[in-house]
Amino acid sequence: MSAMLSGLPLVSIVTFLPLAGAVLLVFFRRGSARAVRATALGVSLLTFVLSLLLFFAYDGASGLPELVERSSWLRGGIDYHVGVDGISLFLVLLAALMTPLALLSSWRAVDDRIKEFSFFMLLLETGMIGVFVSLNLFLFYVFWEAMLIPMYFLIGIWGGRRRIYATTKFVLFTMFGSLLMLVAIFVLQAAYSRAMGSPSLTIADLAAVPLSPALQSWLFLAFGLAFAIKIPLFPLHTWLPDAHVEAPTAGSVLLAAVLLKMGAYGFLRLGLPLFPAAAASFAPALSILAVVGIIYGGLMALVQKDMKSLVAYSSVSHMGLIMLAVFSLNFEATEGAIYQMLNHGLSTGALFLCVGILYERTHTRLIADYGGAAARMPVFAGLFLVAMLSSAGLPGLNGFVGEFLCFFGIFAANKTLAVLSVSTVVLSAAYLLWLYRRVMHGPLKDPADRRLRDLDGRELACLVPLVVLMLFMGLFPGTFLRKMDSSVARYVESLRSKAPVVTALELPGRPGAEATALAEPER
Amino acid sequence: MVRYFWLIPLLPGASALLLLLLGPRLSRRWISWQACLTVFLSFALSLAGFVHLVRAGHGSSGLAKTLLPWIASGSFSAAISFAFDELAAVMALVVTGVGLLIHVYSVGYMAADRAYSRYFAYLNLFTFFMLVLVLASDIVLMFVGWEGVGLCSYLLIGFWFERPAASKAGMKAFIVNRIGDAAFIVGVLFLLVNVGSSSFAAINAAPAAGVLGPGLVTLVAILLFVGATGKSAQIPLYVWLPDAMEGPTPVSALIHAATMVTAGVYMVCRLSGLFAASQAASSVVAWVGGLTAVFAATIALVQHDIKRVLAYSTISQIGYMFLGCGVGAYAAGMFHLVTHAFFKSLLFLAAGSVIHALGGEQDMRRMGGLKKALPTTFPVFLVGALAIAGVPFLSGFFSKDAILTSAFAGGHYVLYALGLSGAVLTALYMFRLIYMTFYGQTRATHPAGTAPHVHESPPVMTVPLVVLAVFSALAGFAGLPVLLGEKANWIGGFLEAVLEPAAHHLALSTEVGLILAATAAALAGIAMAFVFYRKRPDLPERTARSFPGIYRLLVGKYYVDEAYDAVVVRPLVRGAETVYARFDLGVIDGALDGSAAAAASAGKGLNVLQSGLVRDYALAFLLGAILFLGVLLL
Amino acid sequence: MIPPAAFLLLSAVLFSLGVLAFFVKKDLLTQFMAVEVMLNASNLAFLAMAKASGQAAGQVIVLFVITVAAAEAVIGLAIIVLIFRQRRTIRTDELKDLRG
Repeated sequence: MSAMLSGLPLVSIVTFLPLAGAVLLVFFRRGSARAVRATALGVSLLTFVLSLLLFFAYDGASGLPELVERSSWLRGGIDYHVGVDGISLFLVLLAALMTPLALLSSWRAVDDRIKEFSFFMLLLETGMIGVFVSLNLFLFYVFWEAMLIPMYFLIGIWGGRRRIYATTKFVLFTMFGSLLMLVAIFVLQAAYSRAMGSPSLTIADLAAVPLSPALQSWLFLAFGLAFAIKIPLFPLHTWLPDAHVEAPTAGSVLLAAVLLKMGAYGFLRLGLPLFPAAAASFAPALSILAVVGIIYGGLMALVQKDMKSLVAYSSVSHMGLIMLAVFSLNFEATEGAIYQMLNHGLSTGALFLCVGILYERTHTRLIADYGGAAARMPVFAGLFLVAMLSSAGLPGLNGFVGEFLCFFGIFAANKTLAVLSVSTVVLSAAYLLWLYRRVMHGPLKDPADRRLRDLDGRELACLVPLVVLMLFMGLFPGTFLRKMDSSVARYVESLRSKAPVVTALELPGRPGAEATALAEPER
Repeated sequence: MVRYFWLIPLLPGASALLLLLLGPRLSRRWISWQACLTVFLSFALSLAGFVHLVRAGHGSSGLAKTLLPWIASGSFSAAISFAFDELAAVMALVVTGVGLLIHVYSVGYMAADRAYSRYFAYLNLFTFFMLVLVLASDIVLMFVGWEGVGLCSYLLIGFWFERPAASKAGMKAFIVNRIGDAAFIVGVLFLLVNVGSSSFAAINAAPAAGVLGPGLVTLVAILLFVGATGKSAQIPLYVWLPDAMEGPTPVSALIHAATMVTAGVYMVCRLSGLFAASQAASSVVAWVGGLTAVFAATIALVQHDIKRVLAYSTISQIGYMFLGCGVGAYAAGMFHLVTHAFFKSLLFLAAGSVIHALGGEQDMRRMGGLKKALPTTFPVFLVGALAIAGVPFLSGFFSKDAILTSAFAGGHYVLYALGLSGAVLTALYMFRLIYMTFYGQTRATHPAGTAPHVHESPPVMTVPLVVLAVFSALAGFAGLPVLLGEKANWIGGFLEAVLEPAAHHLALSTEVGLILAATAAALAGIAMAFVFYRKRPDLPERTARSFPGIYRLLVGKYYVDEAYDAVVVRPLVRGAETVYARFDLGVIDGALDGSAAAAASAGKGLNVLQSGLVRDYALAFLLGAILFLGVLLL
Repeated sequence: MIPPAAFLLLSAVLFSLGVLAFFVKKDLLTQFMAVEVMLNASNLAFLAMAKASGQAAGQVIVLFVITVAAAEAVIGLAIIVLIFRQRRTIRTDELKDLRG
């Protein structure tokens, strides 16, 4: 397989095919909405198929990036340098999977300026995939920022009533973080030149720069702020509910499924490997924020009146767990965090699709406006239920595997935090089931309301793949975990070797009683 | 055939999947046959496996099969692997056997329901998850079944989701269970990290091997037991079970009486090596069980809804099982689980038959005099009631006696006294139910004031009742008291291969005395019921009036629901609402919008510079140039 | 031989006239022409200095400025025409859309 593909710059093709599609769309006539939609969907589907080739082509034995393409681009170490490894591979697949589904979901929901909409969606896809495949820091930054532009317009043009407020808030939050990151990138580049004699922005090279502890801390904070906003980590989360509530369904889906993952991915790819010592010293504080986020997000979700902001706060809670796992700095937690990122992408994406489906019928997102929908929409009720249970981490579905691995890893690192984080099991069941009961159960709110018809073929095509994947990932996690193994092992190994402090991650006041459990987790 | 034992869970699972996907397109006939037949096949396989184990005798290691490697990451691994040993065999027989009868009964009970396929899909799915729980050889996989049955319970309680009460009860059940499950997960994490393996064999061996310290054993056992109190409806997490009666009656029989709610007991037995290693944890188990047994029985005394009486009775009986496990008599606990499965599902199904006959009436105050009208239901109900009351030679008598004897033998006299008083209460509330429902004059009222047309249920419903009645009557002979000979307690001997043995032995005279005491308790309860509800029907009311405080406390179910609502649920929701308004929107967003507003007003202040006139800009330009030149020249 | 200072003086006078015109006149077209005058004034200064110092760089810049001025004239006039079409006026004190 890989021999057959060896000649093709597969990663670049997957990254830029959507961009090419977007450019192609520019030449369509204004009236040809159907053709525009079909072309955009076709391009994104083709991208997905090609990204599947990545899955098969990626071998994963060494754990190093594979399918690497590199050519010099600008001076100062700025190269075009892309590839995938076990950490990024599935996130690329996730982005490539969710985009066509999001496009499909907006088939009818969006009929204003469909050409521009499709254009921005494809642009966004290139941005998202680009972030995950970049092996050069500058390239990473370019994609990171490029992705912001289409999202800004997606919320700002096709959003709800308070869209301008929401999109401005979103951009301001994100830009604030990423500008500091840009400064940090320059500082890092300079530090590398000074130490090594020639400039480089290759991420793998930068990890080797010796940095003074103080500098390391500042740089980590600059990077960390950008990532923490994206995740979003409590208390930097307030842009998320607004953005979600106002965004069109497709935007919400991609925002929740892929964009939030970039924060956690940033920590895995940059924050921790580049500044291991600083990361270890900030880990307790960030872990506490993550735990607060888990509980806080869950409690806030409990009292939301708008379905979308409920799901948004559930994201805050779930991403908190992922963050906590990332900062547990051991193999199981890291693998669990990556797996949970995929799960969260699928389940929250599916939940937003479900909310979108309801919204399309009744044009309200307020929970109180619903009741008894299950009677009219049995198929939808079933699929919604599975998505919800996946989000709540029911065993047998994907959410459980990721959540349990996270718990396991967190527990090995810190028992108190693990016990606190397990509360998500109760909270997620509470807010999701309560939502489900109020929306789907009970007597029909308005029996005369004929708008609540069951799913049509297009909507089934949106949801069924996700539900099937949830089952598959719940039963056969090995398919995914095996491809991650060596990259994650390499990642954890490098953290350990660079920062011996890491192994004794414990909260102040509780000396490293569990350090022994951590030191030898691989039996 | 025995080799294919792993099909036991998969058959109902496959059927459930098929029904979920194609359900509405299939004919009712097909659905009924498919659902029942797959469970029957599982039953046949279980029976074959059981026979195999009996033949092989002690020393056989049971059957095992790994289907899938499932999760493996670093030092954590859990496989989808099933094991079929003596304990699993007994439980699988109960699940598939009782399950089969209830499937058949449901064909009649649910015949008129619109969502027929959905019902059987859920029922099959439940059977699947329950069997996964039973056959799992690994605690993580057991948790899959554990949560899966919780899901099915949620789905089936809320089966008639148009009714707000049903949907609410389903949600309550799931969330309360999840509270227990959170503790369970923490317990499992302790085990995984400290034992390094998730297999039951390794966990049971860990305390003896010194892998788990004594403190840790107690902690883990109690955490797991908290999970069990959720699933098995014990204090303090029992509150969901009475509400669960909103589900269809066969569901109450299968899930909320015979099988799922006893999963906690099964889990404790499965990990008897762990629980037995901690005296403290065992005491907790025993005391929670004993207190629950009496506590729930007192509430059952004053309930008017026939199903709720049975629900509290279930809580109470499971308390007995835990009492047995807690005093070290795991086999006795399992034995009571088996007999309880028979007589309680019998009682529920018979109650269902009564409800069916009265067109959905569940309030006993509007029943009465049904003895003649229900010629099959009444005798089987009576058998069930006698069995649960512990009347000699019926199944409940032997199993309850085994537990009480063990408690006494272990020196737990207070627990024994609790159990014995619970036995009196059991007989009392059961026969109160019998007298109120079947004896006296009918109190049934119809809108038009006419007596409803009471009719006996069709054979598809009564045949399972008769079968269950036979088992309720005779199942006790599988575990006769030891005083009849070493081999008399057959089930105890059979399970000894897996469970920790009960160590105590009593003198013959003591044991006879205990049996007589238990018999007396049962008869006393029945006699009291006879006096109160048959001879002097005015007496209950007068008693209630003389102890108004106690009566109100009991009718109000000790106000535990209200207390939880006031102490946990409402403060949590109110608090979250306040925090959302004050902190999330107020402080965080407020700070943000505030800084945005500050920037905007600063902009407004500088606005005067922006006149919009080209000349002004040009002037500024010129002045700037001159200034620049001046600086350059000077 | 006229001394370079004379050219510079002429250039300064021309430039000042341009500035004056820019501020005195109120219609966009005249102001635009004033800008052209200023540009050419500076061109003159460049040429004078180039001649005096004997370097070609000054002349290169002049050519560059002429090119830019041509482009600017085209676009600027087009904008002025468009503004006139839309507003029926090119008086700069009536055009203050950029007011903050």
